[in-house]
Amino acid sequence: MSEATTVAEARAGGAGPSPLVRLRAARLAYGSRVLWDGLDLDVAPGEFLAVLGPNGSGKTSLMRVLLGLRPLTSGTVEIGGEPAHRGSRRIGYVPQQRAVDPTLAVRGRDLVGLGWDGHHWGLGLRGRRERRRRVDAALAAVGATRYANQPVGLLSGGEQQRLRVAQALVGDPDVLLCDEPLLSLDLAHQRVVSELVARRAREHGTAVLFVTHEINPVLPLVDRVLYLVNGRFRIGPPDEVMTSETLTELYGTPVQVVRVGDRIIVAGAENGGGQHHVQETP
Amino acid sequence: MTRFLDLSATLDLLGYDFVQHALLAAAVLGLVSGALAPLVVARQMSFAVHGTAELAFTGGAAALLLGWSVGAGALAGAVVAALLLGLLGQRDGERDSVIGVVLSFGLGLGVLLLWLYPGRAANKFSLLVGQIVGVDSTDLALLAGAALVVLVVLAVVYRPLLFSSVDPAVAVARGVPARALSPLFAVLVGVATALGVQTVGALLVLALMVTPGAAATRVTANPVLATVLAVVFAEVAAVGGILLSLAPGVPVSGFVTGISFLIYLACRGVAATRRRRVAAA
Repeated sequence: MSEATTVAEARAGGAGPSPLVRLRAARLAYGSRVLWDGLDLDVAPGEFLAVLGPNGSGKTSLMRVLLGLRPLTSGTVEIGGEPAHRGSRRIGYVPQQRAVDPTLAVRGRDLVGLGWDGHHWGLGLRGRRERRRRVDAALAAVGATRYANQPVGLLSGGEQQRLRVAQALVGDPDVLLCDEPLLSLDLAHQRVVSELVARRAREHGTAVLFVTHEINPVLPLVDRVLYLVNGRFRIGPPDEVMTSETLTELYGTPVQVVRVGDRIIVAGAENGGGQHHVQETP
Repeated sequence: MTRFLDLSATLDLLGYDFVQHALLAAAVLGLVSGALAPLVVARQMSFAVHGTAELAFTGGAAALLLGWSVGAGALAGAVVAALLLGLLGQRDGERDSVIGVVLSFGLGLGVLLLWLYPGRAANKFSLLVGQIVGVDSTDLALLAGAALVVLVVLAVVYRPLLFSSVDPAVAVARGVPARALSPLFAVLVGVATALGVQTVGALLVLALMVTPGAAATRVTANPVLATVLAVVFAEVAAVGGILLSLAPGVPVSGFVTGISFLIYLACRGVAATRRRRVAAA
């Protein structure tokens, strides 16, 4: 497809471990509107892939395809060697940070516990000890033990998002899907959450797909970028994709990628420009 | 005032079958509605409960006119209502108005059916504001059977239901069939509501289906503890309401709703005090 894609495929394929996420000739269209087509993507164990692009470019739809909630229009999608299906144990999912109703009667610990066995039928009285051990470990791993017994609605956005990461990881998934997990967090918490996810990928060999508008907190941590724009896309290491030439080609209009210190600013990208901070409609 | 505290009159009345039936019915109702109440609150279904209750009333009125069991009629009405609300109001934004539309139609139809009923006026009125002393042993068997079914089904679907109630996006991502659980829970609520219509009446079912849950979730964020507390609150309100109403011989509804409301106020008070203490610390 492009030079960047070739490089990425060479990297992920070959002698390395078999990929945890594999898309082949994947096409997703709503009626006549094609979100993406001919998408070949392998995500290896331990790899951190950022999924970038303007609103409506099909980033969230990609997540839904991987979760088995939406079928591809054509092509194949595999998670850990088997076709993607609803409710896969192998996937952890971190949703967008949204305001939680402050009167909602759930503690952080309950939210994480639901990530462990909330999809099972019955009351779950038999597995209580195992559940407690798992939940405690997941809470400790993200540093959320201190506020685990407080109502979720009274916690800050950053604290809630830590719990979300714990909830996604409590089942020890092979693949972690994060859909705009940094939305409405301040810069410090964006860093914390991004680093929690990156550490997980590194230490447990979890394959991470991370959809975000906030490129700067994650860019130093990611291995590769999937950049989607109006049906076109590019896959490759950040240094190859995040350039004025590549993005100008993708957008079809002049785009400037400027590096200021350790920050990247993408200017001129329609609907995704400026500080790359655009509100995503859910 | 002394009539309210007339212990000997109360004890005297407790010897009667119809009083014992009433107390049993209230205990069953308290258990079921208390178990459902925290989820009703979490899913913001107060208005849906109210709408379902009105249609249980319609079903009861139809049964009265046709000479069938009022309990069975209320049950049928509530289940139809729950399914109707579940099917017509799948979209969040539409739910509210669909309930309003269905509720008003059902209530109007119920009034018409009652007008057509040639029997005693007391029977008519009791459907709206309750008449727990009217529970006979057939009704009691139906009540207990329906309650058991609700509790068993609730136990089976409890975790996915809680998951999709408090965290819908992740629940769906984890494969929880939220679309099927919504109407199922609506039916459970419908059955419980129908049981309440016979005892506390259509207009006052909220006092047992919503208030205990709202009170419990004020004082704890632990879902299990909230359920236990809601059951206790609902039992105190339902059984306590009947006991208090015996000696003075006034309608139970006033006492049931009054106790329920007082418990709610107390829980709000506890929550406010606790918040102030946290803020001060």
